[in-house]
Amino acid sequence: MAEIVKRNKALSVNPLKSSQTIGAALAFLGMNRAVPMLHGSQGCTAFGKVFFVRHFREPIPLQTTAMDQVSTVMGAQDSIIQGLKTLCEKSAPDLIGLPTTGLAETQGADVEMAVRDFRQAHPEFDRTAVVPVSTPDYKGCLETGFALAVAAMVRHLVPEKKKGPGAEPSGRVNVLTSSQLTPGDLEELEAMIEGFGLTPVILPHLGDALDGHLIDQESTPLTMGGASVQVFETLHQADATLVIGASMNAAADLLKAKTGVPDYRFTHLLGLDAVDGFVAALHQISGRPAPARLERWRSQLQDAMLDSHFMLGQTRFAVAADPDQLKAFGDLLTGMGAELSVAVAAANAPVLAEVPAAQVKIGDLEDLETLARETAAECLIGNAHCAASAARLGVPLLRAGFPLYDRVGAYARTWIGYRGTRQALFDLANLLLDLERGEIAPYRSIYAPTEEVNPHAHPAPLAGGGRSH
Amino acid sequence: MKAKEIAALLDEPACSHNQKAKSGCARPTPGATAGGCAFDGAQIALLPIADVAHIVHGSIACAGSSWDNRGTRSTGPALYKIGMTTDLTEQDVIMGRGEKRLFHAIKQAIETYDPPAVFVYNTCVPALVGDDVLAVCKAAEERWERPVAPIDAAGFYGTKNLGNRIAGEAMVKYVCGTREPDPVPPEAQRPGIQVHDIALIGEFNIAGEFWHVQPLLDELGLRVIATLSGNGRFRELQTMHRAEVNMMVCSKAMINVARKLQERYGVPWFEGSFYGVGDVSQALRDIARLIDAPDLTERTEKLIAREEARIHEALGPWRERLRGKRVLLYTGGVKSWSVIAALQDLGMEVVATGTKKSTEQDKERIRELMGEDAKMIEDGSPKALLGIVREQKADILIAGGRNMYTALKARIPFLDINQEREFGYAGYSGMQELARQLCLTIESPIWDQVRKPAPWATASQTEKAPLAQPAIAPQPAAKRA
Repeated sequence: MAEIVKRNKALSVNPLKSSQTIGAALAFLGMNRAVPMLHGSQGCTAFGKVFFVRHFREPIPLQTTAMDQVSTVMGAQDSIIQGLKTLCEKSAPDLIGLPTTGLAETQGADVEMAVRDFRQAHPEFDRTAVVPVSTPDYKGCLETGFALAVAAMVRHLVPEKKKGPGAEPSGRVNVLTSSQLTPGDLEELEAMIEGFGLTPVILPHLGDALDGHLIDQESTPLTMGGASVQVFETLHQADATLVIGASMNAAADLLKAKTGVPDYRFTHLLGLDAVDGFVAALHQISGRPAPARLERWRSQLQDAMLDSHFMLGQTRFAVAADPDQLKAFGDLLTGMGAELSVAVAAANAPVLAEVPAAQVKIGDLEDLETLARETAAECLIGNAHCAASAARLGVPLLRAGFPLYDRVGAYARTWIGYRGTRQALFDLANLLLDLERGEIAPYRSIYAPTEEVNPHAHPAPLAGGGRSH
Repeated sequence: MKAKEIAALLDEPACSHNQKAKSGCARPTPGATAGGCAFDGAQIALLPIADVAHIVHGSIACAGSSWDNRGTRSTGPALYKIGMTTDLTEQDVIMGRGEKRLFHAIKQAIETYDPPAVFVYNTCVPALVGDDVLAVCKAAEERWERPVAPIDAAGFYGTKNLGNRIAGEAMVKYVCGTREPDPVPPEAQRPGIQVHDIALIGEFNIAGEFWHVQPLLDELGLRVIATLSGNGRFRELQTMHRAEVNMMVCSKAMINVARKLQERYGVPWFEGSFYGVGDVSQALRDIARLIDAPDLTERTEKLIAREEARIHEALGPWRERLRGKRVLLYTGGVKSWSVIAALQDLGMEVVATGTKKSTEQDKERIRELMGEDAKMIEDGSPKALLGIVREQKADILIAGGRNMYTALKARIPFLDINQEREFGYAGYSGMQELARQLCLTIESPIWDQVRKPAPWATASQTEKAPLAQPAIAPQPAAKRA
């Protein structure tokens, strides 16, 4: 049980946290032909857009209700209705996600009511689903916003419908994904599930929407991929629901209550044990043996664990992340004999108690840096902002989380499964190899004759630290 | 901030937009609005001041998505790259503890980083709750004997443009005129050259591009006593009122600063640009003209002659490669004309330019440069831009980073011209970098490849989707049957 150390500073310095609001927007971006419209001032959307454009290197559809002085003071219900109408007229989306911001919540916005009013006034736009969700940015973090948006979609779009008793297995599985999963992770997830002859229905599906691909169409004001909105109608037909991420528990409870589909829950899919658990569940659901290819990948991971445990063992890591991801890396690292000497989370969550560290600090990257210095951490794992921290600390960084704006393709990296875990171990081990930690300072005998030092005879020693992936 | 104060800021007599309905005060349309808020604008205007602690008072969305995301460079201090926010919690909002948190936050920033000043940006949630940010700043300033300037720029006050003005207003009110400039160090004096002080407004040292220009100013004996705000320092901005000339660089955004410094301290100002050979020369001439010292004028003309000759020779090979290439330029305000000149210098043809944020004056200049029939674009939607690229057979789209993926997804060469870019194009030398970047994308061998359908897809559809498409002129992407 990790001790949770809450925030104790007035000023947050180098924030780790991204807002709930854009976390919710991200979940909606995983739906096909969708557009999120943030209920707040136009800057909330502009900042969110730049944030995701830089992370994914993709165009990001994101709109705003553009609250100004008048609507902030006099009420912004009309702005919501006008915004929904404009979007429907312009691009007839399948789904409009409507997350609220701190401004809207402080003002006392009632988005549910505004959506009801919109429905009443404009039945002509009934084919566009509208999902409001309360996600003020003075609470939670990106991960919680994402989870709240998925729960809201389940609440608004999944009918109360159960499969009849004795119905034939459909071979379908629902997958509720959390914000820790990258587009690459979702592709891997699909491959693993399909390996058992099952058909996955992934919700939301960032792997289909924001994997970075070209389409024939040159521009679209909506998402150009993702889970189909219509699929919510049929979730009850699945044989099982797979839930990835502790943050998705509330959404999973809701889905189970509505559809009666039994679920299997996983905190993450990083590391041998976690992936084994997942594969065992697939085996159980499908009644099929694991494909030979998967067995080979598993044994490749075991081999990689043998190779890399020399570098990873006893190494002190400092990790800054949203709760689910922190737990994932904690399990992976301690499973390799490394130590999670610093664990910083963007916001509190029940899963943090299970993080394998003495303490989890709810904090920012200044906390990460301070604690890493105190514990002489040897390697960091965190987002692109951590590059500056790593440089100041003189230790390497493995980039993970949001945002990753200083590397091409980092957003799509596959972390999960046997193959993803294997690559993560290789990369971590290589960062540590670069440190040349085993080197012993040369000792020169007092009896040795003086040697002339030729600076060209040997390569210059590597500059210390700062290397990163 | 009161509605009256916002209206006063929007009423800018020195701006030619002022008479028109299109001035900064048009209300944004829900569901069809792009661009930043007042806080965004204020932060963009001031964040490059490198040694100040910039505290964002608000919930996490404001700072969390925006800290350390500028391409602006500093010669030394890097405090502007440290993100600071009060990161208000639900408790703070409900219990009204925001002011107290802010007060302690200012203390923490001063104790940890010892900055010469603290800027506090007010944002939506505390503005709505009614935190008295001005009073907190005043109290903190007295308590810790350190300048603490409030920048009251909640997002819902208005657009990015308004935020620029709010930022400028705060500088004039709290910073400019609070200190006298240091004397020129004796070792920097050169015989026969009298040093004149100038200041720059709206120069942000993106990618360090001002370092292409400053050596020339040094050579002429022009000391930049303050820049608002690229590579800025607090103690320099305090002396800004003593400039002999203010140059407003490439942006009308902080025109209120130029106007007020003229009203209060009699500092003359002009509007100029460091993009393009002709414009750099013009800017140097304007500075000399306003200072009006015969020896400076002479030095300036000599330097211009030398630099123009040098850069014309250096650009020769690039011009060969870029001659006749057609550009669609989509960028706002002053850049709509200043960059045209730069591109024409390179022998390129600007087929259309964006004028959404341009003033009547800007448009006049565009007509001078591109002729009376100049195509001006008001609708900047991806669809509209791509339509014009096709219609005008443009070889490249030059726009802000926001439009990068509009071009790339349509498989069209692109150059980023705004804030976030990683290369500096200012000054005579910046032109070489601009030329290099243009050739890099236009001449890239990838365009054929990324437009090419898979061989098995074409076997049966050769007519609909020809394999070999022209190298440059972008074609509509092949439609699958």
